[in-house]
Amino acid sequence: MNLFNTIVIGLREVWAHKFRSLLTMLGIVLGVAALVAMSALIQGMENGAREAMVAMGGADKVLLRRQAVPAYQEHLADQAPGRTLLDAVALRQGAPLLREVSPQMSVDEVVLTRNDKRCNPAECVGVTSAVIEMNLHRLAYGRFFNEIDEEKAHAVCVIGTGIRDELFGKPDEQGRAIVPLGETIYLSGQPFTIVGMFEEYLSEKDAKEKALRLAGELPKVESGGPKRMRGFGRGGSGGWAFYRKNMTVYIPLNTAWMRFRLAGDKTGIPDNRLSDIDLKVKDFDRLEDALQQARNVLLVTHKGIEDFTFETQENQLEGIRAQVKNYRLTGGFIAGISLLVGGIGIMNIMLASISERIREIGTCKALGATGGDVFVQIVVESVVLSVLGAAMGVGASFALVELLTTLSPTANTPIITLPAVLVGVGFSAAVGMVAGLLPAFKAASLPPIQALRYE
Amino acid sequence: MALLELRNVSKIYHLGGEEIRALDDVSLDLGNGEFVSIIGPSGSGKSTLMHILGCLDTPSKGSVKLDGTEIASASQRELARIRNRTIGFVFQFFNLLPKLNVVQNVELPMIYAGLNSRERRERALQALDLVELGNRLKNRPSQLSGGQQQRVAIARALVNNPKIILADEPTGNLDTHTGELILALFRKLAAEGRTVILVTHNPEIAAVTPRRIEIRNGRIADNVDRKLAGLDRIVPNAAPAVAPA
Repeated sequence: MNLFNTIVIGLREVWAHKFRSLLTMLGIVLGVAALVAMSALIQGMENGAREAMVAMGGADKVLLRRQAVPAYQEHLADQAPGRTLLDAVALRQGAPLLREVSPQMSVDEVVLTRNDKRCNPAECVGVTSAVIEMNLHRLAYGRFFNEIDEEKAHAVCVIGTGIRDELFGKPDEQGRAIVPLGETIYLSGQPFTIVGMFEEYLSEKDAKEKALRLAGELPKVESGGPKRMRGFGRGGSGGWAFYRKNMTVYIPLNTAWMRFRLAGDKTGIPDNRLSDIDLKVKDFDRLEDALQQARNVLLVTHKGIEDFTFETQENQLEGIRAQVKNYRLTGGFIAGISLLVGGIGIMNIMLASISERIREIGTCKALGATGGDVFVQIVVESVVLSVLGAAMGVGASFALVELLTTLSPTANTPIITLPAVLVGVGFSAAVGMVAGLLPAFKAASLPPIQALRYE
Repeated sequence: MALLELRNVSKIYHLGGEEIRALDDVSLDLGNGEFVSIIGPSGSGKSTLMHILGCLDTPSKGSVKLDGTEIASASQRELARIRNRTIGFVFQFFNLLPKLNVVQNVELPMIYAGLNSRERRERALQALDLVELGNRLKNRPSQLSGGQQQRVAIARALVNNPKIILADEPTGNLDTHTGELILALFRKLAAEGRTVILVTHNPEIAAVTPRRIEIRNGRIADNVDRKLAGLDRIVPNAAPAVAPA
């Protein structure tokens, strides 16, 4: 008796009791739908988090962080030099395993003004051209800073499109391209000339929406009336990273020093410490070596005081992974319970089904069915039930995802992945098989005479 | 050598510490092409004998040889195989599977025999032609009359070309006329060389068969009860409803 026949007979049995089968499958349907939909949501979140990480400079970026000196160097704390341009130069020359070193001197509490408009940038930083590679910027218009800008501390800046939107208006609303090269804006009152502008950074979802809007398939951005935020923050987790990147103002490092730091802060003492040094390693596989090399160099420039530490995106990736794993576990657990309940339902119905078919089973045995034939038949029937349920569950999960995105839109498009579907179907098949074992065993071990005479 | 040889067969049940001898030291030979009825009042042990003859059960004592194979010591798997290949069952209540149509019901024993679908279909159609039901292939059993259902069951019993047809009250649920048609069918099968065993308590049926075995209190009775066997109905020189073969 081959498997195909068995499956056909199993399907016929399911079809003969359509409504009952449907009810039986419901547990599995819900379980699989929950499993697949949940995993789709988590996949969306994970993708969002990764996208945001790439927007912040990619996985191979290493941040050189300030750190309180360790306890055994407590007495040297007041001699800690902090991160200075000296470190950047020393790293560039003394740490060949590094590809890029990007020193940054941020200018805090800057207000940008132009005519009657003003805005606060997410960051206003004095940088070298290494920052382009470091933060994965793409210059759409104009130029970046050159050596002359640096040496002469020219009052020039490169802005993100967010700044342009705030000070010059949004091209979407104005209906024309706005490229403010050569315009003058004021950074905390000091006039700067815009020499370049980055392209607009968008999350995948926003980019898609924008493309659709340009193609005229989505309505134009509604104007008038207060805008309501949907989801979390500015268009969901991950969106903030793009927002920040677009709200950037860069000026030459030397300009930041000459115009904003040299005159001294409130205490009157000029602060030559950098706010950040970002690194990129040449070979990601030799990350540890490269960091050790950088550390050695920095221990020299810092006179042995460990007032710095490295933060790799690996740590951040680890964080994302841990979070995703937690979500998966929780969701998987809930879906697992649902599938278990579904399995119990199947077992229940299979038991009922065999006790109403005892005479049929007896007849089959009289006609030559072995205990094994009957066993396989019942198990296959049970698996057919659960796999059909799983297939319906996968279908339902698409609807569920659609429903969830409508009810609670987030920037992270849920993505139904093949592994999730396979796991759902596979697990259901296993549940169906296990649920079928007991009824199948009962049916197979029925003595033919008793089965035949059963009333 | 007889097709079926029963030697000193006993079947003993234990019911609450009490020993019940459903069959007590029965010896019996059945040859090829015999048309036999097993008669006896209910509780006499004829059902038990039928179960043992049909390899649905094994005896507690004694030996049963079917075509030279010892049944008493056979495994469940071997018994299933013998039931499949060597014996065709016909039941009082037809026992067709309600969810399968006529052809599928007839194909069922061949599925267990492992035949491919083309051969199954071919042989099922042949068997159904034999019982003159070639025109009701796609009907469900519930759409057929009792006589038609029993003919489907006979077709099903025949498809694996068994040596023995074992029928348990095959006409018990049919009207007289239909019953006669079914009996005629059995007689034809016996004439073709198959051993046909009818288990019945209906004297009219028993009257049809050339050989009658009466079970009484678990033993084969020495002399057949003429009334039970329907012999008193046979008027000399007058043919019975269905003439004996």
